[in-house]
Amino acid sequence: MISMKKGLRKFLDKIKPSFQKGKKLYFLHSTFDAFETFMFVPDKVTEKGAHIRDAIDLKRTMTVVIVALLPALVFGMFNVGVQHFLLKKEFIGMSWQEVISAAGIWPLFWYGFLKVLPIIIVSYVVGLGIEFMFAQIKGHEVNEGFLVTGMLIPLIVPPTTPLWMLAVAVAFAVVFGKEVFGGTGMNIMNPALLARAFLFFAYPSHMSGDAPWSVAADAVSGPTPLAQAASYNVDQMPSLMDSFLGFIPGSIGETSVAMVLIGALILIFTGIGSLRIMLSVIAGGVLMSFIMNAWGANAYMEMPPLWHLLVGGFAFGTVFMATDPVTAAQTQWGKIIYGLLIGMFTILLRVLNPAYPEGMMLAILMMNVFAPLIDHYVVETNIRRRLRRVKQEIK
Amino acid sequence: MRKIYKIRKGLDINLKGEVKTDDIRSHVPDLFAVEPARFRLMKPRLLVQEGDLVECGTPLIQNKLDERMFLTSPVTGLVKRVIRGDKRKLLSVEIEADKKESKINFGKSDPSLIDREAMIAKLLKSGLWPLLRQRPYAIIANPDDTPRDIFISAFDSAPLAVSDHAFIQKNSESFQVGIDVLKKLTPGKVYIGLHAEKTDELVYAPFKNVELRLFSGPHPSGNVGVQIHHIAPVNKGETVWYLYPQDVVAIGKLFLTGYREITRFVSVAGSELKDTYMVEMPAESSLEWLLAGNIKEGDVRVISGNALSGTHVGKQGFLGFYETMLTVIPEGKYFDFFGWAAPGLNKHSASRAFPAFLTPKRKFRLDTNFHGGERAFVLSDQYDKVFPFDILPVYLLKAILAGDIDKMEKLGIYEVAEEDFALCEYVCTSKIESQQIVRDGIDLMIKEMS
Repeated sequence: MISMKKGLRKFLDKIKPSFQKGKKLYFLHSTFDAFETFMFVPDKVTEKGAHIRDAIDLKRTMTVVIVALLPALVFGMFNVGVQHFLLKKEFIGMSWQEVISAAGIWPLFWYGFLKVLPIIIVSYVVGLGIEFMFAQIKGHEVNEGFLVTGMLIPLIVPPTTPLWMLAVAVAFAVVFGKEVFGGTGMNIMNPALLARAFLFFAYPSHMSGDAPWSVAADAVSGPTPLAQAASYNVDQMPSLMDSFLGFIPGSIGETSVAMVLIGALILIFTGIGSLRIMLSVIAGGVLMSFIMNAWGANAYMEMPPLWHLLVGGFAFGTVFMATDPVTAAQTQWGKIIYGLLIGMFTILLRVLNPAYPEGMMLAILMMNVFAPLIDHYVVETNIRRRLRRVKQEIK
Repeated sequence: MRKIYKIRKGLDINLKGEVKTDDIRSHVPDLFAVEPARFRLMKPRLLVQEGDLVECGTPLIQNKLDERMFLTSPVTGLVKRVIRGDKRKLLSVEIEADKKESKINFGKSDPSLIDREAMIAKLLKSGLWPLLRQRPYAIIANPDDTPRDIFISAFDSAPLAVSDHAFIQKNSESFQVGIDVLKKLTPGKVYIGLHAEKTDELVYAPFKNVELRLFSGPHPSGNVGVQIHHIAPVNKGETVWYLYPQDVVAIGKLFLTGYREITRFVSVAGSELKDTYMVEMPAESSLEWLLAGNIKEGDVRVISGNALSGTHVGKQGFLGFYETMLTVIPEGKYFDFFGWAAPGLNKHSASRAFPAFLTPKRKFRLDTNFHGGERAFVLSDQYDKVFPFDILPVYLLKAILAGDIDKMEKLGIYEVAEEDFALCEYVCTSKIESQQIVRDGIDLMIKEMS
């Protein structure tokens, strides 16, 4: 291990000069830099300011988020298998428990794995390719942001998404969602959600989470619970327990609230995901559900809050999307307002506009746009507090 | 009931190489250096040449920005070297002591008998004036100002810092005289900030003319900026002055004896020293004697001051005019194989992404490695957790980066100095050099406001 490490280092040091300015391979210097820093944290030392630095960096942070996503991903693969087998002729009419015992865990997982893996590969290859290209053109380091985005995208698309569509959506999201603003840290909207929104509006027939999924030749899943609810078939929805565990149709990573909760615990514990935002989103969602319940004009309006929290992308969006530190509100009070509004708009969109069964995506994207405005007012409050101090003294 | 200002935000970084506080030594080296770059708002005019004989208190450098202000020789001896850098920038005037006892006497005076003007003139002439610094901007105080209050932080919460009570107790007479001088300089109060648990209130209880204030909590509770912010914040148009207990002793000595004598009670600490101890030595004196034979193997960084906001001085360096601490830590010039992915058992982090959080009491041997590459701001509430001001740090930094004077003023630039951002810089995932940004912001403010 040590000799391999040394050999690798020696090799990198040997080829490093050919990537310097004016040399033949200069056009690949960002790429080289990305791989070098991937394998070795640089030997850079502090020059000005604090002489010692915290061990954390963006790579570590992003790794933690990926780890937090893994339970949802692994379960998502399994569930894709389950949903597919549920629609097979020989298993028709069975419950998921019966399917699992009849078909066995591995074949189910294997089916899902093979279905999901190409989606992940396409997402990373297209996204990272564009990131590397932009880093090269602009002459800066490749930012780690896409490591998470590239994993989020497969988790929020339906497993039936054609790969070319996915590639177009990822390209759109990375170029217009991020790079035009200056890369990770500068973007206004969550790139992963932007990819999802692009798919949703560009290819609605594939994305609505409605019937077309189940009538497709190679059927992977039936109609999602939200699609059922939107057509007022509230009584046909899966049980609360199934929704919590995640054995329901839906996007790859979003179905299992249990797995999302494990991810949430990791994010909250490491302090990387904002608990403040998560709780605010839930509070907003519950509040709006109660308002809708009180109104109660139709069956969907009467759907209890717990249901809303368990089905669709609510949990996944709350934990992994709304908390994106770049596109969320940055101030402490701003985060609360931002979260509450996401929760409320999600339920509002779900219930009052059946054309968009999943309100989470649109609510978060909208609040991404408004987050700077919310922060602006919080910052103004801080400024006013400072000015008031002066006035008090003059009195 | 006594009131305690509870500082909840902050971070104590436990480093290896703690000082042995009961091992107190004393030393006067032969070599001294006056380094004008260590002073803020100082444009030096050299008054001596190599080979000149100077006495302790002879002016060496005049401040072109305020010609009443001098940097004076800390010792009687010979001007050995004048070191200049790029564009002939004056870096250092080195003086070799010749062990003669002659010193310039600025005259004894009882602070209650002489008037304020004479007092200021005496401080300026003796070269002790730069000990007084002001907020806003953390620069040398302006002799024409009348400060609203004067603040003294009597404890240092920085990594490896220890209490200097023993020194204050030993010099209590000078300290009281120094306080009396300060009291006359301000129509307001002279505040002393103490740590509720760490500092012994009894040490400071006997002194007159002071207001004691208690703080609790982690670093940066000892930063004078934090204390000012909580006791009585600086508003636009106001000026407060600040200094540290050892500076008060030096001022007291000037009035008691008439001599310029800045003695520092220095903690010599850090994981790379074989022997750590406390030492009484003059400010601006050479550190070479102290490091010779005392450094463990390997490449080390010698810091005058603490590991978060001190100055990198090198093995041939000198103790700064203001500093009361010496820290020696390892350099971190190495490649870390998959450092971001490995468990990182020996790494310290304020986040819980490394196992360090499991052992909060554990002491770390931290080096100067950057641990990553610089990125744009990504995480948003990291700074808030270590920044105990009612100021939005990221917004202030962004206003500075944008050069927006109006915004900087509104967001609280008057209340902060770079040292207040040292912890933000430490914890930053994106490795943003916030202390430099703040200094640039302050420099811009000074330029635009004058």
